[in-house]
Amino acid sequence: MPEKTYREALREAMVQEMENDESVLLMGEDIGVYGGTHLITDGLLDMFGPRRVVDTPISEGGFTGAAVGMAMTGLKPIVEMMTWNFSFLAADQIIQNAAKVRYFSGGQVEVPLVIRGPNGGGVQLSAQHTHSLENMYGHFPGLKVVSPVTPNDVKGMMLTAIRDPNPVIFLEAGALYGTKGEVPEGDNAVPFGKARVAREGDDVTLVSYGRQVNLCMRVADKLEEEDDVSAEVIDVRSIRPLDEETLVESVKKTHRAVAVQEQWRYFGVASEVAAIIQDKAFDYLDAPVERVSGAETPAPFARNLELAAFPNEDMVADAARRVLYEKVV
Amino acid sequence: MSAENERTGDGGVETQEEPREESRDGGAVATDGEHLVELYKNMILIRTFEEATQRGFRQGKIGGYLHVYIGQEAVATGFIDAYKEGDRVITAYRDHPFPLLLGSDPKSVMAELYGKGTGLVKGKGGSMHLFDVENGLYGGYGIVGGHIPLGVGFAYAMKYQETDHICQLYLGDGAINNGAFHEAANLSGLWGRDGMNPCLWIIENNQYGMGTSVARSTAMTDLGAKFDAYGIEHEKVDGMDLEAVLEVAHRTADKVRETGQPYVVEALTYRTAPHGSADFFEKYRTKDEVKKWRQRDPVGQLEHKLLEREILDEDALEEIRAEMKETIDEATNFADESEEPSVEELYTDVYAGEDEYMGEE
Ligand SMILES: Cc1ncc(C[n+]2csc(CCOP(=O)(O)OP(=O)(O)O)c2C)c(N)n1
Ligand SMILES: [Mg+2]
Repeated sequence: MPEKTYREALREAMVQEMENDESVLLMGEDIGVYGGTHLITDGLLDMFGPRRVVDTPISEGGFTGAAVGMAMTGLKPIVEMMTWNFSFLAADQIIQNAAKVRYFSGGQVEVPLVIRGPNGGGVQLSAQHTHSLENMYGHFPGLKVVSPVTPNDVKGMMLTAIRDPNPVIFLEAGALYGTKGEVPEGDNAVPFGKARVAREGDDVTLVSYGRQVNLCMRVADKLEEEDDVSAEVIDVRSIRPLDEETLVESVKKTHRAVAVQEQWRYFGVASEVAAIIQDKAFDYLDAPVERVSGAETPAPFARNLELAAFPNEDMVADAARRVLYEKVV
Repeated sequence: MSAENERTGDGGVETQEEPREESRDGGAVATDGEHLVELYKNMILIRTFEEATQRGFRQGKIGGYLHVYIGQEAVATGFIDAYKEGDRVITAYRDHPFPLLLGSDPKSVMAELYGKGTGLVKGKGGSMHLFDVENGLYGGYGIVGGHIPLGVGFAYAMKYQETDHICQLYLGDGAINNGAFHEAANLSGLWGRDGMNPCLWIIENNQYGMGTSVARSTAMTDLGAKFDAYGIEHEKVDGMDLEAVLEVAHRTADKVRETGQPYVVEALTYRTAPHGSADFFEKYRTKDEVKKWRQRDPVGQLEHKLLEREILDEDALEEIRAEMKETIDEATNFADESEEPSVEELYTDVYAGEDEYMGEE
């Protein structure tokens, strides 16, 4: 199978659907002439022309709202948020219109819209440019929210997102655009609401999504080496809908879980994961579910503070050891 | 430091007590030799500082985003000359010249970019979030357009508190297409009608928002004229010509101060550097265009005037460059050698008040 970068895989999905479906178009800041700030859309203006690759001014609320209107009129816009940090300016359109108009119109309209862009921090962009918004958007019924981490999934989930008749919040692992992985040619659509078991194990379940999955994989290696512990790593990848079954099945096997997220601890996805596990697998649990999260502060700039503000290998390994208290030597 | 002098109005101007009066009567401020030399020093300070930050960025010593002011120096230099103690200055992320002009120590400005505990905001904000409240700088913001309403609020508050201070509100051409701009401009015009908005809006029209030219971002490219819709007067100035900026800056700042009404100056300028220091692709503009604007470089233009009028000779210019280089070298060494912030700082400044919130352990 061919190896591709996350960036190439993402682009490939969009190109494929644009070729298949005339109603798909791209919109966003500097996606055309400039080639995209993260080069995701580089070359697409030449391929599809300015009617289908629409450079917009810095008007997030306006163009996102316009995209909702286009979607309600039969187009399938893919909106690039240059980064998700700017989506707060469009949040009114996303939450008040995109998420709800189908409902409050009694099902008369649909909003086949994808909003995509890099999410998460880690490169010293400090307070206003560092957010992980899966919990925020995941909160609203009417939206679907996904956060793929592998090149295979980013392509497969983008195909699914474009074909979905609902608004999809597509949160990319911006720090991983250059990472490589196997990606099949053609149609590898990955369904929403289905978690991926990234690594099988028996002793503890590490649950995460996005960039944190790679962290959990490293921790799993470390636990195996240092503690002789076999960790299962679950990549949730679809935040809403959330695959409860895979989580519950894993905990039934391991009896212990640690949920890892970059976002803040309170009211986050990890809290939801913990609640679902205690709801549906309470009798199988041998320890309280641990959460490892970002520090409860706006993101700092200084590199040492930033490193201290996000989950790291030691924090996750220690949490795993705590839930494994009987087993750790 | 020359910036210190500017701030206190002690910049070697002909009429030392009332330098601002001069400008109102016909722009004599702009032609005064000593004053021009001081401002030339400021522009060289900024230019040298920015070049040093670009090196720091390439060396990996400055992380995150870095947006430099190269090419636009005359705009901030001219307008901050009209700053009076107690005024407020607010801008976006292209903010390095402002603390330098308002009197912050270049050492702590550089240390902030290096993410050090000795930085202007303790290493917490970085390049995009420079604040020096004591010297009138209220940031440094990263969301395009997001700071604009704040400036309008400052202006209202300063009138409410019965001061004669003004707010200098800087914004880019790209920010004008953002909703926050239009809402805030409307408020400023509305409140200004009652003399409650001494806000001097300074549009740094450097022709582009990232890779999108003004013409590709709006069908109405006369940016000042947008303010007609909100009842705010406006004019344009050649932002590459320090003397032109200086005249407009003093005149309009005085006007805003006297009337409590907002006023807009659109400074036509050009960013000869890339948008951000990590941007290598410049598909959106031609090398020729950049070259053409470089010929109008504000520093070069001013040097030309200083020589032509025999205010300074080549040696004197060189001396100033060397002096500023020394200042910036010192700042860079200081930044390099300073310690990172202590890890406890992660949890401070989240909330105000006695009981500082310490978050989760
Ligand atoms: C709301 C928002 N959207 C997008 C961005 C990304 N961005 C950063 S700077 C910039 C261009 C702004 O242009 P302009 O206002 O003209 O300022 P300049 O950089 O030219 O000084 C963009 C789009 C942002 N920071 N905030
Ligand atoms: Mg601009």
